[in-house]
Amino acid sequence: MSESKSIANIIKGRAIPVTGNDIDTDRIIPARFLRCVTFEGLGEQVFRDERYDIEGLQKDHPFNEEKYSGGSILIVNSNFGCGSSREHAPQAIMRYGIRGIIGESFAEIFAGNCTSLGIPVLTGKASAIQQLQKQAERYPETVFSLSIDEKSVVYNGKKVVLEMSDSARTALLGGTWDTLDVLLKNREAIEKVHSGLPYVTNFNN
Amino acid sequence: MGKNLFNKVWDLHKVASLSETRDQLFIGLHLVHEVTSPQAFQVLRERGLPVKYPDLTIATVDHIVPTVNQGLRPFGDSLAEEMMQAIENNTSEFGVKFLGLDSDSQGIVHIIGPENGITQPGMTIACGDSHTSTHGAFGAIAFGIGTSQVRDVLATQTLALDRLRVRKIHIEGSQGSGVTAKDIILKIIAELGVTGGMGYAYEYCGPVIDALSMEERMTICNMSIEGGARAGYVNPDQITYDYLDGRRFAPTGDSFKKAVKYWRSIASDNDAAFDDTYTLDITSMGPMVSWGITPGQAVEIDKELPLLSQVDDKELEITRKAYEHMGFKEGQRMEGEKIDVAFIGSCTNGRLSDLRAAAKVVAGRQVAEKTTALVVPGSKKVKAQAEKEGLDQVFIEAGFQWREAGCSMCLAMNPDKLTGRQLCASSSNRNFIGRQGAPQGRTLLMSPAMVAAAAIKGYVTDVRKFL
Repeated sequence: MSESKSIANIIKGRAIPVTGNDIDTDRIIPARFLRCVTFEGLGEQVFRDERYDIEGLQKDHPFNEEKYSGGSILIVNSNFGCGSSREHAPQAIMRYGIRGIIGESFAEIFAGNCTSLGIPVLTGKASAIQQLQKQAERYPETVFSLSIDEKSVVYNGKKVVLEMSDSARTALLGGTWDTLDVLLKNREAIEKVHSGLPYVTNFNN
Repeated sequence: MGKNLFNKVWDLHKVASLSETRDQLFIGLHLVHEVTSPQAFQVLRERGLPVKYPDLTIATVDHIVPTVNQGLRPFGDSLAEEMMQAIENNTSEFGVKFLGLDSDSQGIVHIIGPENGITQPGMTIACGDSHTSTHGAFGAIAFGIGTSQVRDVLATQTLALDRLRVRKIHIEGSQGSGVTAKDIILKIIAELGVTGGMGYAYEYCGPVIDALSMEERMTICNMSIEGGARAGYVNPDQITYDYLDGRRFAPTGDSFKKAVKYWRSIASDNDAAFDDTYTLDITSMGPMVSWGITPGQAVEIDKELPLLSQVDDKELEITRKAYEHMGFKEGQRMEGEKIDVAFIGSCTNGRLSDLRAAAKVVAGRQVAEKTTALVVPGSKKVKAQAEKEGLDQVFIEAGFQWREAGCSMCLAMNPDKLTGRQLCASSSNRNFIGRQGAPQGRTLLMSPAMVAAAAIKGYVTDVRKFL
């Protein structure tokens, strides 16, 4: 997490469609897996309770399906990642092997966490997203090409225009998505704001 | 046009523009807990960075702590013990104040900030927890962040953020019997939807909000995130200043007077501009209960659950999924649904006024047979004060378990969990699938008084019958 780095503008890979609105971060990574002091091993637990029943038997879930194995682009619906701010959710998705996410909409904290990890998050109209999900479901061998610069996804020669926050796009393309180094640079300005805050100076300025 | 509080506070804390849409924002108070911080401290250690302003950083432990025999170390859960040791070591190594289990100020991070006067108006507050919006009740900009951002705040006391738009939520009308702050926020979320607040901070205002106590305002701001709004706030007023006066970390004497002057100055101007306005009249509303798997799936206790044929197309899939998980029938009412567990506590409703309201319903009555009922005070101070008032005895005599402070059954990171398909009447904030620790477990969100009434009856009921 230390060096600023630009990520590939184009993410190419097969896709995994996970359908359903309001998939919260408890569903992405149940709280019991947050009992850890590193993020290692979270990839194996992604969607744990959606993928396995309490006896440990597999349930129907795209992440269990052989046909999607190795997919690196996740396609979801509305309000994905709502709820808890746990970065463990995008960490688990990333460590599973996902490099980019396309959806109808994303909860803000989740989207911000994805950007912090260098995972591009792009949105599109419901009908377009559902079409992409159908394509991946029917033809799982389809290779999707996600472009951050162009804010689009291309498959079989077809281009779908997507949206992305300007901040996230600029940060990902410019290599400043790992914000720490950028923030550390403004030391003097930070100290100036600090010393001007009434509650820092015990209201004596 | 004047300025609203959000933009005043933002401008005061703005360090730099990072891009056309992104600012570097100074964070005046960083609250830290054991779940979302260990990986962040590790990065600082690896890079040889100190915590930039340890005096603006304060830590506690709440998510993983057991609520029975809390002081027994090592914890029975070795993973929880490892996290506990990590926060102890990290705060000690980096010089951060830690309100641990040996401190009488320990408790849920969103309860101890306010009750110790750490949370103040006009601050920017961040914490690796989505319910940080709670602190907005004081007229602060407060929001949840992920662990990479916890790292950023530790190392630089700043964040890279896009400015939010601000929606004014004007609440008017008269507050009926049995209708609490919890009911009001559940109603707002039901009306605006769980994505309604995306991109917004909510300014809660109007005569109903003005009349609420600080603790009630905290309940409202707490659940802003459940409506998709990352932050929610109330303008500071005399109720705010009176609440803060005399608290442990609040300014004193002459400084307090100067502080009030600052606090007044950051309130929204009378002619402040807003990006959107929403008005809700609560005159005819009754107590709320959630029935589904998002906090927006809630109804007034005497109303019917939605018919699939009447649900908006966009809501159809999640409504179906909710019925499938919860096992309820479209068109039915929630009154009479048998519960297995009643839980009073959490950062939403684990404060003294919540326990008082529940105790009032419980006093002289008995918890229904086969219902497990527990009260978990939000902090050691809440627990001590409740015991001073004899509330613990009211609960214990009625058959409730009286526990030690922590997040408890809100989120299943400690021994307090549902099992199987148990149905829980809960004063917490999330009814997500599996949230309370059992993948098939089911949560009904309601006010503490409604939970108390359900505990007594053994089924969901209208608290107004008890008042």
